[in-house]
Amino acid sequence: MAVCIAVIAKENYPLYIRSTPTEDELKFHYMVHTSLDVVDEKISAMGKALVDQRELYLGLLYPTEDYKVYGYVTNSKVKFVMVVDSSNTALRDNEIRSMFRKLHNSYTDVMCNPFYNPGDRIQSRAFDNMVTSMMIQVC
Amino acid sequence: MTRDKGSVRGLVLGKKKSLSVLEGLGFRVGQALGERLPRETLAFREELDALKFLCKDLWAAMFQKHMDGLRTNHQGTYVLQDNSFPLFITMGSGSQYLEEAPKFLAFTCGLLCGALHTLGFQSLVTASVAALPACKFQVVIQKY
Repeated sequence: MAVCIAVIAKENYPLYIRSTPTEDELKFHYMVHTSLDVVDEKISAMGKALVDQRELYLGLLYPTEDYKVYGYVTNSKVKFVMVVDSSNTALRDNEIRSMFRKLHNSYTDVMCNPFYNPGDRIQSRAFDNMVTSMMIQVC
Repeated sequence: MTRDKGSVRGLVLGKKKSLSVLEGLGFRVGQALGERLPRETLAFREELDALKFLCKDLWAAMFQKHMDGLRTNHQGTYVLQDNSFPLFITMGSGSQYLEEAPKFLAFTCGLLCGALHTLGFQSLVTASVAALPACKFQVVIQKY
């Protein structure tokens, strides 16, 4: 279960950012912002290495003492950043991958909505519901 | 039936505006398709890969066929040749309806431009038709 999920556009501004409301959100916003550097580093490193099949999933970006940050980039350079609780060790790599895949599918659906202008903040209820299902259930 | 200069000018402007509206529609659809079609492969290391994606995957998704030819001058200009453009097949062959052809090509030009935009390339797409049903799309990738 994620603690914070963010969708960052190609120009590095947030299209959607949501965190569990119990903690102060600014800390998560800052964490996502700093993780963008790591994302850019990974993207440019992948470009230089002569790999035939490049992965969309970037993996663990960096761990802090409380949280772990994972990244994923799409073909259109839209980045997804997910912050999960370190204490929740039951989350395995392929679960994170499937969460990112669901995010990517929902983002593609938002993009195909003719009433959505690419570059605006994402305000789709279906996207919100999907993200809610992935965040920690704090009552 | 007489037409004074004002209404002829209005007709010409109307035609230009409708072509640009069609191109705008195609652009938005191209943006969405550019997001949905290249699934799970981050293979666009260079422009040529993106153009090949346009010729194969995008064309197959839209028209159930591949583009017939792709030529480039390796300096950002590409010419995509389609010898039997599906929207022209039913119209006729030869030089009969050359004036009407741009209306059918405007949406497709916007489509190519929009898909390239999602993949990260600013481009300028124009189309030309010499004889139905063959047509050429010229894509110029703009670098800053």
